[in-house]
Amino acid sequence: MPIQYYIILAAALFCIGVTGVLIRRNAIIIFMCVELMLNSVNLLLVAFSKMHYAISSANNKGTAAITTGTDAQLFVFFIMVVAAAEVSVGLAIIVMMYRNVHSTDVNFLNRLKN
Amino acid sequence: MTATEILFWFLSALALFSALMVLVSKNPVHSVLWLIVVFFSISGHYILLNAQFLAIVNLIVYAGAIMVLFLFVIMLMNLNNSTEPQKNSLVKLAGVVAGCLLLTVFVSAVRSAQEIKDSQALMNTGDIGLIENLGKVLFRDYVIPFELSSILFLSAMVGAVVIGKKE
Repeated sequence: MPIQYYIILAAALFCIGVTGVLIRRNAIIIFMCVELMLNSVNLLLVAFSKMHYAISSANNKGTAAITTGTDAQLFVFFIMVVAAAEVSVGLAIIVMMYRNVHSTDVNFLNRLKN
Repeated sequence: MTATEILFWFLSALALFSALMVLVSKNPVHSVLWLIVVFFSISGHYILLNAQFLAIVNLIVYAGAIMVLFLFVIMLMNLNNSTEPQKNSLVKLAGVVAGCLLLTVFVSAVRSAQEIKDSQALMNTGDIGLIENLGKVLFRDYVIPFELSSILFLSAMVGAVVIGKKE
């Protein structure tokens, strides 16, 4: 598959996530759209890692080093780790806000005090 | 068209459609379920790119753990259609226009990029996505970030407990 298809697919997913952050008012949905953006970047990183491997093996007559392109896939692994930690803290904050104001509407959550 | 191409187009269409459904669903529970469909189709893309380790980790971490956490929180708060806040249509229109313009910028930037013109993403072959090769690099070159991420998890866990407990 040409790499452009993957770039455009990831860009479309990313833009859908951005649109979701802009048009929704529920804090949890906004959070889910952020996850969608993270996933589109992950998909792009994996596609680029395979592209890098293909270019490297073409330059070295079919035998690329086995570690070519693994860095991008490990980046995806670390992004997933950070996303999991971020989600646990973020959802705890949303639950605490909900307990105080009984709403997840971001228009009511625009002040940190009260 | 080969089977790989058919699968690519099917998974791409599924991912884009479900991502749109995440936005337009009024009920937050439906949004979570559509987002799980997005994650499954992205895992399908990883399998097509022969990155099996990431496909399984994506399913376990995202679809299995994070989405269940979202589902628990939504059901705990008892959110549904009637409590769902709505933005006015002018703001919605502005958001959609902004998103489409961003996509236009990305697409035109990709179309005019010369460096990647003939590049292909290798499908179905290549062993770099297997757990053996990833594990060797992870524990040889990325040991310190790996250990730091465990500290990050510990602090995130402590933070979530401290924030979430009742006073």
